[in-house]
Amino acid sequence: MKVKYIINGKEEEYEIHPGEVLLDVLRRNGHTEIKGNCYLGTCGACTVLIDGEPHTSCTILAAKVNGKHITTIKGIGDLNNPHPLQKAFVETGAVQCGFCTPGTILSAYALLKKNPNPTDEDIKKALDGNLCRCTGYVQQVEAVKFAVKLLKEGKNE
Amino acid sequence: MSNFKSIGKDTKKIDALSLATGQPMFVDDVSFPDTLQIKLLYSPHAHAIIEDIDTSEAEKYPGVKMVLTYKNTPHVPHTTAGQGWPEPSPYDTWMFNEKVKFVGDRVAAVAAETEEQAAEALKLIKVKYKVLPAILDPEDAMKDGAPVIHDEPWITGAYNPKKNLAAHIDIRVGDVEKGFKESDVVVEETFETQYAQHTPIEPHVTITYLDEYSRLVIRTSTQVPFHVRRIVAQALQIPVQKIRVIKPRIGGGFGTKQEIILEEICSFVTLKTGRPARILYTREEEFISARTRHPFKVKVKIGAKKDGMLHAISLYALSNTGAYGTHGLTVASNAGSKTLPLYNKAENVEFVSDIVYTNMPVAGAYRGYGATQGYAALEQAIDMVAEKLGMDPWELRKKNHIKAGETSPIFRALGEGREGVTQYIQSCALDELLEKGAKEIGWLEKYGRPKRNGSKVRGVGMSIHMQGSGIPLIDMGAATLKMNEDGSFNLLYGGTDIGTGLDTVAAQIVAETLGIKPDQVIVYASDTDLTPFDVGAYASSGTFVSGGAVLKAALKVREQILEVAREKFGEADSKDYILEDGKVISPKSGKSITLSEIAYDTLYVKNQHQIGAAGSFVSPYSPPPFAVHFVEIEVDEETGEIKPIKYVAAVDCGVPINPNLVKGQIIGALVNGIGYALTEEYHFTSSGRMTNPNFMDYKIPSTRDLPEIKVILAETYEPTGPYGAKSVAEININGPIPAIGNALHDALGIRLHRSPYTPERVLEAIRKSKEKKLEPVDPE
Ligand code: FES
Ligand code: FES
Repeated sequence: MKVKYIINGKEEEYEIHPGEVLLDVLRRNGHTEIKGNCYLGTCGACTVLIDGEPHTSCTILAAKVNGKHITTIKGIGDLNNPHPLQKAFVETGAVQCGFCTPGTILSAYALLKKNPNPTDEDIKKALDGNLCRCTGYVQQVEAVKFAVKLLKEGKNE
Repeated sequence: MSNFKSIGKDTKKIDALSLATGQPMFVDDVSFPDTLQIKLLYSPHAHAIIEDIDTSEAEKYPGVKMVLTYKNTPHVPHTTAGQGWPEPSPYDTWMFNEKVKFVGDRVAAVAAETEEQAAEALKLIKVKYKVLPAILDPEDAMKDGAPVIHDEPWITGAYNPKKNLAAHIDIRVGDVEKGFKESDVVVEETFETQYAQHTPIEPHVTITYLDEYSRLVIRTSTQVPFHVRRIVAQALQIPVQKIRVIKPRIGGGFGTKQEIILEEICSFVTLKTGRPARILYTREEEFISARTRHPFKVKVKIGAKKDGMLHAISLYALSNTGAYGTHGLTVASNAGSKTLPLYNKAENVEFVSDIVYTNMPVAGAYRGYGATQGYAALEQAIDMVAEKLGMDPWELRKKNHIKAGETSPIFRALGEGREGVTQYIQSCALDELLEKGAKEIGWLEKYGRPKRNGSKVRGVGMSIHMQGSGIPLIDMGAATLKMNEDGSFNLLYGGTDIGTGLDTVAAQIVAETLGIKPDQVIVYASDTDLTPFDVGAYASSGTFVSGGAVLKAALKVREQILEVAREKFGEADSKDYILEDGKVISPKSGKSITLSEIAYDTLYVKNQHQIGAAGSFVSPYSPPPFAVHFVEIEVDEETGEIKPIKYVAAVDCGVPINPNLVKGQIIGALVNGIGYALTEEYHFTSSGRMTNPNFMDYKIPSTRDLPEIKVILAETYEPTGPYGAKSVAEININGPIPAIGNALHDALGIRLHRSPYTPERVLEAIRKSKEKKLEPVDPE
């Protein structure tokens, strides 16, 4: 069967098998910026935004989100024009191996859209589903706070 | 130190923005046309012989290209441990064997057009097993009449396989028996640590293909690219020359990727079929079939004099290496060699270890590498000695720890599975760390004064640690550096950045040496065709060994640049030139020339040559980083739950070349250690099958588990390290078990002898301690 998504603002059409999860469909079609392979919704590395809401793409059937807007890490900024969250993660040393980073940043992105002034607790809650084995999370939380500051200073967005 | 331009600065990690914007940088982000997908079949039995294996149905399944078993793969004894050569680990492994030795041992592999086809075909393989009695408990392994796990005649390098002994260590300094007799107090306790997994968020993944010259290319998530090349060549009996190993960005390793466990299978398929091949572990496979941490049972005995001076220490470590002996000897060695020198005032020391085979998951290298298990026992026993002496354990440690200028006979007696190398400590800030850390946690006000709030009780605990920086006279790294027209440099080195930021540290070292900016260094690393050798990322060797090699190459290049400048300035024997802002400046004559001008000149115009050099680093030194940990916990007597409230890690890693990266290493290791102390553990059925191979049931820390974490850096200058640096990757994983254990004792007066400290175990210990108190009245 065929599905259509609007991925990072661009319409894309894919051939899928019923029963396939979104993660596999997107990675197969070149969206390797989405990581993860626990397939249980437990690591958060496969997080994407579906109509603005963070979801683990390994637990969603590709067919079910036909027609939806999907945002990956590439949709919020790029090398030449990174999003303040991406900049902040780099600045604060929140990226070690970087494998969890796209998912974590997207969870933070969704948080800041809803709550531009999060407390430490809000941040920890928003990132709770994104496992990171490298950083111990402290610099990630600092990064989100730094991004809040950058956003307020009116950099980008 | 203060006039460093690049060292000690928070240079942005050079790959961070690319990673944060989702560039295709990992092994599995790149795909090759016509790739065969490989899936593995695992033994459901802990110990069995494959009497018959019928792959005919699987071979006929659509899309299946080949099925691998012990029948059609090479039988070359080797070790999967990616270590230096000759390896200290036994040659006890074949690619596939007819005897399977744990639940999760490899039985067969299917290579097919798609992953689904490979998975379906696996189900069609018919295996007839003759099930053998299994050893699931390490204590049973050494008993007379125990089943022999490695009874094959070809095994070499194991201590006594007939007794299931993969390795054995026995070193003595002084006379411990006499030492205990001369001591005023003696503590003897046993502590056990559990099976655990590294769980890098990127699992093991390998892709292989043939290049245009029909050479084998292995793109793999490894910590040891050069060892991969050597061991694949050995296992498949092909020349090293035929193989190129490429390490792209790696999604964490922590030791589990210091193993060659997928590369040889993938390579075999590519060599046989001529097609690219790929294996990607699932999370479940990662748990059951990749490597784990050696579970230890450590008997520790310490004797001390009334004045608080330690007099005799004996450690006996029973290490369970699981079904294969990979890293068995060396991990156990480190349980002594990285712990005992810390208390060098004790004159009588002994370290004995049996490393036994069992039919359990295979243990391997894991951040901390035996020191974690050693400290779990030693640092709790130290608290118990203090208690017996009526002394503050903080005071006791202050009296007994090693200091700059001192040594310990253990350094020489106990090396990496062989004799070690004498070390004199040149930099050590333990005193400062003890003071600053105690102040930060409020030790003097809080220790011995548990605070109760209903069922919740707060207590504090501490521990002290050392590790090493690479393996002395064994670990070698090399680098080459060359200059470009614009004054930028290509650094090609073997160092293996697996997410730690080593490539950035390397760029900073070059920048500091040549007076340029780190972003003028183009780093390319860990490609066996293009970069020089390096043993890889393990034993906290990155900054010290690989960084040391980079510094050597940079110093040679610097000399070549100065040579050209002297000639240009007509100042033949000037020695005081300054390199800064991309220029060479002669302070005396005021002349200056840019590196770019020098490059253009030497590449195109006069006395043409490539400014460039190679450097190799191997050292008789392995300067230990030091750490002091303090933790305040809150334990709920009703639920048994332990919550760390505040954790202080005070660390001396010499000059922190990049403080942000250092902080990341410290906190990352620490939080991993907290998981190991509180929640992470393998559960098994009575037949040796792991029952919790997923993140739901094997709980690693997430943001909600974070205590307040405070990192204190005490800067020392280590004269043997690049720009004063020591390594820092492992040490901080060692603290949480003993520090939290000690805090639990401070809070409730109970001690757990087995980690992790789950609510059930805490409640059980509370119950037992109450029973004990009530005993005379109510013997129930
Ligand atoms: S792969 Fe989706 S949560 Fe882990
Ligand atoms: S940075 Fe490696 S898993 Fe988060």
